[in-house]
Amino acid sequence: MAGKVRDEILHDHNHDGIDRRGFLKCMAWAGTGAFCVIQGGVLKSYSLSRLPAPGSKETMGELSFVQISDSHMGFNKPANADVAGTLKAAVDKINGLSAAPEFMLHTGDISHLSKPEEFDAVEQILKSAKPKDVFYVPGEHDVLNDDGKQFLERFGKSSKGGGWYSFEKKGVHFVGLVNVMNLKAGGLGTLGQEQLEWLEDDVKHLKTSTPIVVFAHIPLWSVYPEWGWGTEDSAQALAYLKKFGSVTVLNGHIHQTMQKVEGNVTFHTAASTAFPQPAPGKADSPGPMKVPAEQLKSVLGITDVNYVQGQHALGVVDSTLA
Amino acid sequence: MGRSVSIGGLAVLALGMGVFGPGQKSFEVRAQQKTETMEVKIDNFTFGPGTLTVPVGTTVTWTNKDDIPHTVVSADDSKTFKSKVLDTDEKFSFTFSKAGTYPYFCSIHPKMTGKVVVQ
Ligand SMILES: [Cu+2]
Repeated sequence: MAGKVRDEILHDHNHDGIDRRGFLKCMAWAGTGAFCVIQGGVLKSYSLSRLPAPGSKETMGELSFVQISDSHMGFNKPANADVAGTLKAAVDKINGLSAAPEFMLHTGDISHLSKPEEFDAVEQILKSAKPKDVFYVPGEHDVLNDDGKQFLERFGKSSKGGGWYSFEKKGVHFVGLVNVMNLKAGGLGTLGQEQLEWLEDDVKHLKTSTPIVVFAHIPLWSVYPEWGWGTEDSAQALAYLKKFGSVTVLNGHIHQTMQKVEGNVTFHTAASTAFPQPAPGKADSPGPMKVPAEQLKSVLGITDVNYVQGQHALGVVDSTLA
Repeated sequence: MGRSVSIGGLAVLALGMGVFGPGQKSFEVRAQQKTETMEVKIDNFTFGPGTLTVPVGTTVTWTNKDDIPHTVVSADDSKTFKSKVLDTDEKFSFTFSKAGTYPYFCSIHPKMTGKVVVQ
């Protein structure tokens, strides 16, 4: 449930041209209470308190999975002195979903300082989740000091060179991308030529009716470049996905939920299981936001994604940990 | 800072004259060992000061005052200097022995950039 103070939704509808171009941007940095209705029925987002009744049409589908993000295991500053506890709370939440999700995606910043014991702790906690498979992509905190060597050894066994990969689940094509390596001074997230070429090839032979889910740490759309919240060469990646009828992009990094629909693509960022960050430009820097302890869980969350075969839309449901 | 510059001038003058009295020489060595130290604070996702101008031989020490880790990495291809990740209150030092302009950034948050100008 939302805290009284933080139950706040910022609907960013006043940018010129947004409605004309047919997309709507809803943003809630307080995970709970966010309720976005997006044109064309492409994406639905509910907070826990507004979840459709168990067994209703919205909760059932061919495939459901959960996205968690930004666990930052090892972080111990005032914004959240117990990131293990809040990750466990996320797992409890996942285990309490009426239909058990088939698998989990972790969209990076698993660890805070890339320490082996931090990765160990996350893997240990996630073992108690009902879904057994976890698909990871790295955040910049997971590839510190060793250019991601440790991350790849742990989580990237079947991935390509820099950690990217794809897989199929019930007709949905999932693509995990890496945009936290080789960042350049003054720049944003980067996919790089090698990965872009791989992506082009990976989706080339898929039918245009195949639903595509892309997941990566840093948003693949320009959320707030001033804080580095975007990816330099994401336009090229999205160009390869233009032909598909349904594309969902799931990201983390910004520690708040945000959605945007643009043409065939629905962009979505997940909350952090560890600590919230300010809304774009609403603070001097994107540093951790300190909220009163009793409100913390209302700004942390998980994302439950439900795919219904025969419909183009992927329903995305955000839950807070409270 | 002013002191290092004038000592450098003195060394050149001594060389030019080709005269090295024992006293002068030991003075020169001592002076070179005594390098200046300058501080850069990393605070609120910003390097402060953003541009730091120092004489040759200066050691610059960066200290992370944020709740979030940062790095200090020189922006040139050969990565003249590159810190390990700096958690809160951790430090990184580098001694600049050659004149030049050294742009650098945080490799975790590449929007964070700074510059050391060595004269
Ligand atoms: Cu940084």
